[in-house]
Amino acid sequence: MKKATLLKVATQSILKNKMRTFLTMLGIVIGVAAVIVMVAVGYGAQSSIEKQIGALGTNMIMIMPGASAVGGVNQGAATFNRLTPADYEKLQRESLMLSGISPVVFTNAQAISSQGNWRTRINGVSTDYQTIRDWPVDEGTFFTEPDLRSARKVAVLGKTVAKNLFPNGDAVGQQMQIRDVPFTVVGILRPKGQNAGGQDSDDIIVIPFTTAQGRLSGRQRVGQIIASASSPNDVPAAQEEIRSILRESHRLGDGEDDDFTIRNQDEIAAAASSTTKVMTLLLAAIASISLLVGGIGIMNIMLVSVTERTREIGIRMAIGARGSDVLTQFLVESVAISMLGGLIGVAIGFAGAWLVGHLTGWSTVTPPEAVLIAVAFSAAVGVFFGFYPARQAASLNPIQALRYE
Amino acid sequence: MNDSAPSVPDAAASAVPDVIRVEGVTKVYHMGSQTVHALRGIDLSVKRGEMIAVMGHSGSGKSTLMNMLGCLDVPSAGTYYLDGVRVNGLTKNQLADLRNQKLGFVFQGFNLLARTSALENVELPLLYDRSGKKRDTRAMAKHSLDRVGLGQRVDHHPSELSGGQQQRVAIARALVTEPTVLLADEPTGNLDSRTSLEIMALFQELNEQGITILIVTHEPDIACYAKRLVEVRDGHILRDEPMANRRSASEDLRALGTENLSP
Repeated sequence: MKKATLLKVATQSILKNKMRTFLTMLGIVIGVAAVIVMVAVGYGAQSSIEKQIGALGTNMIMIMPGASAVGGVNQGAATFNRLTPADYEKLQRESLMLSGISPVVFTNAQAISSQGNWRTRINGVSTDYQTIRDWPVDEGTFFTEPDLRSARKVAVLGKTVAKNLFPNGDAVGQQMQIRDVPFTVVGILRPKGQNAGGQDSDDIIVIPFTTAQGRLSGRQRVGQIIASASSPNDVPAAQEEIRSILRESHRLGDGEDDDFTIRNQDEIAAAASSTTKVMTLLLAAIASISLLVGGIGIMNIMLVSVTERTREIGIRMAIGARGSDVLTQFLVESVAISMLGGLIGVAIGFAGAWLVGHLTGWSTVTPPEAVLIAVAFSAAVGVFFGFYPARQAASLNPIQALRYE
Repeated sequence: MNDSAPSVPDAAASAVPDVIRVEGVTKVYHMGSQTVHALRGIDLSVKRGEMIAVMGHSGSGKSTLMNMLGCLDVPSAGTYYLDGVRVNGLTKNQLADLRNQKLGFVFQGFNLLARTSALENVELPLLYDRSGKKRDTRAMAKHSLDRVGLGQRVDHHPSELSGGQQQRVAIARALVTEPTVLLADEPTGNLDSRTSLEIMALFQELNEQGITILIVTHEPDIACYAKRLVEVRDGHILRDEPMANRRSASEDLRALGTENLSP
């Protein structure tokens, strides 16, 4: 039989039982739509995490004190705080592959202004912090090299802090206090939103690290050193360079393990997105079960259809249809039902993904290849679950089929 | 040949090749432990242009014979030649192609596809044609419907047609492939006597045009329109002879018409 004729015959018999076809199709529609919505939610989570990690900075490398393993015993990072300003200075002096480097001195403190007060994170950093974190100021300016050298009491506020300390606006140029030390606000950072851990990135005050050490913490330790490589390709070499400089600075012998940990942005991104990948896979797997159930629905209806149309099959065989003709006819029918269901499911899936994103505020991303996969998968379901009934039809004995009442 | 059919001109007309030639065909069914001998050695030959009535009671084996002749079933023993093709030993696909190209079926229950137009019903066998010669299937189906006098009802569905009209569609479907033999299984079984006459008149007309027709029936009233009578009983051919008092269905129809007109 010609292809056009096969399609026509399939369409005819599908249209003969509109309600039944619709209900059968519904199983596939729901299955495909569920898969697409779930994949969209998973991909959305993944892409928003990737975006957040991208927001950490450009080609960023993080150096943390402590090592993950000392002599084979896992210690966890920050076990021994052995990063010092001297390490930072040595790195700044000797490294050739870094485009920026900044120590980070962490403190938590209550900040007070004439209009309000707010407890927040205080990061003491260098001027390179801006470029490493790719974090420009919205208002005012970042503090300068002279500010850093003279340990001036200047502060750059995150958007959240600015809003809480200066609800009336115009924070730049105003005075505030951190642990009774007066500071002048010089700038406000552009909002970054949530970070990968769900924290508010904008709940922060950035001050020169010299000021932080001299006026606030009093410690000569550095919590972290962040740096950025000149280009993404340079990141591994830069990491190696940092490692050798720091080992020299810490006077570590050949047999000794690192007492610091170096990680780059990609590693952090990979760790975070592997979690969401598993989640996406899990969601899609659960949704596929409904696709499977839809497939069984098709098989059921096709079996009923074969029984109902036994006589028709007998007629077709008597006038010269081969077994393969009958097989193809029923297969085309089940594939047509499942593919049509798949297409409708894709449309509903897209709408559903949009709706879920709209109602929950999650970002949902529908990858275009999901459409192809969904349609191909539903066609495969049609073939797989249509084959058995179609073979039943093809193997009928024409004499008995003709006699069937 | 069979013991009781001395008058069939078998050898005399051997110049014309037989369209059907059955030699010593038997059919044995095994139903559980039971063995049923449906056919016990049938010899039959049919020439082109014949119109044969196959008669017999139910259980006589005539249905089995019909299925065999229709290539729906294969004999247990013996040989069957259809239009020179040896049917024994053919594969299922070859049998299907043989049915498609050389046979036309007309059934008691019409067996049209419901919710499918008359034209599409008639077109159906052409869609299964594998010779690739049948191109304009629409036109061929239309022509076939014209032949049975239903050219005006091509778009009607079976449910919109009377029994007689449905049987005409079925005959058109059987004719559309220009088969070697037309096999009709109780073609008038579901029709009233007047419509039966009309269908028999159509068969006679088609036979006049040279089409070989084999009709299975248990009604002598129907058999009498054939040229030759074959009676089957207990798996044997009991009788095989020319029809003694052959009637013309169109004449009978005319007589019936005048009867009805004059009260």
